[in-house]
Amino acid sequence: MKYIEEYRRAESVQAVVEAIRRRATHPWVLMEICGGQTHSIVRHGIDQLLPPDLELVHGPGCPVCVTPLELVDKALAIASRPEVIFTSYGDMLRVPGSGRDLFTVRAAGGDVRVVYTPLDAVRLAQENPEREVVFFAIGFETTAPANAMSAWQARRLGLRNFSLLVSHVRVPPAMHAILGSPLNRVQAFLAAGHVCAVMGYHEYPPIAEQYRVPIVVTGFEPLDIVRGIYRAVLQLERGQALAENAYRRAVRFEGNRPAQELIQQTFEACDRAWRGIGVIPQSGWRLREEFAGFDAERRFDVAAIRPQESPQCISGLILQGQRKPHDCGAFGTACTPEHPLGATMVSSEGACTAYYRYGREPAPVGATAEVGP
Amino acid sequence: MCLGVPGRVVDVYEANGLRMGTADFGGVRREVCLTYVPEAGVDSYVLVHVGFAISVISEDEAQETTALLEEIGLLGEAPA
Repeated sequence: MKYIEEYRRAESVQAVVEAIRRRATHPWVLMEICGGQTHSIVRHGIDQLLPPDLELVHGPGCPVCVTPLELVDKALAIASRPEVIFTSYGDMLRVPGSGRDLFTVRAAGGDVRVVYTPLDAVRLAQENPEREVVFFAIGFETTAPANAMSAWQARRLGLRNFSLLVSHVRVPPAMHAILGSPLNRVQAFLAAGHVCAVMGYHEYPPIAEQYRVPIVVTGFEPLDIVRGIYRAVLQLERGQALAENAYRRAVRFEGNRPAQELIQQTFEACDRAWRGIGVIPQSGWRLREEFAGFDAERRFDVAAIRPQESPQCISGLILQGQRKPHDCGAFGTACTPEHPLGATMVSSEGACTAYYRYGREPAPVGATAEVGP
Repeated sequence: MCLGVPGRVVDVYEANGLRMGTADFGGVRREVCLTYVPEAGVDSYVLVHVGFAISVISEDEAQETTALLEEIGLLGEAPA
């Protein structure tokens, strides 16, 4: 496929990795924000190609992972109601709440359906006027244009049986939270390319300047990722801290303006709890007051849920780049993708799932790279 | 979740007040919403996420790969 295959050529990736080796003279810690990038890095073994002193830590950009347990429990409560058709992106179905997941609800007779796009959920509401159709609107800025459009479309069509259970999160407040922590290890960010396709990267130069960290907008194919790493290493070695775009075919500085406008007209900023991390101020979006009629949390009385998290899980530290999956005693034993204890094992994009699936073992002490300088 | 797939627009139409179209993903065709990419037309390559085109892929900027490989090729001959 055009714009995919040429970014997976092994010899091109290897050439860029060699260039990284030549340029990296110090140990550096880079964080890729996005879980999709984590998955691509581990799947293609990019982390194992890099010089051993160049460490990738895995960021919080996995919306399935960070959706708070309380909201998952609300989803389960709403999905269990007989009048409801509960719709969701597929990867939310096996996320465990305090006791069960959406699959269990479906097995017990709940009408839970996977949709490819939120417009499919709107269509279901049109076709089933006697039922309540609820869409689980989670995600980062990438998904917000689609979710916002579903609210507008429902309003345009005069639907009274469609609502959104919203748990939107934003990247820049999470970057502030990570960089502002006294335990922060991150020296440069690979920013999430598809978040930036929507939002642009005009929010990043002040962050790069404030914390003195390079921020490189990075794509998802192997060659995109090593290019992002290369640009970040160049900046680190030169002592620069700039917001830079290494995914220019898809990302413009100003982003997608029509999408940003509809997001602004639909959502407003709010404090949001991130599973494993806690509340990050002004890090989420909720529906504006004029869309209150489409807000599932208001339509269904699901306020008084007190969730129970596993005390063993260290996913909060992993999501902030302070720990790696195998630092956890439960990794691969008490906690597996089939029986996840917490955030980073629940989604295919979670760092723990990626390490588990692709068999990452802890690096032996004093390990060296397999290829010379 | 933030997976975005590049596809080629093969037609454009309006449905329920939205600018919609069909995109071809290496032989697989799907309906996509084109409302956010008014500049995209037939044969444009768009980045599609959950059924919505969020960006038009720039053919010129896609040459950045060649530029990068040239750059590191040159750098490789210089002292590190």
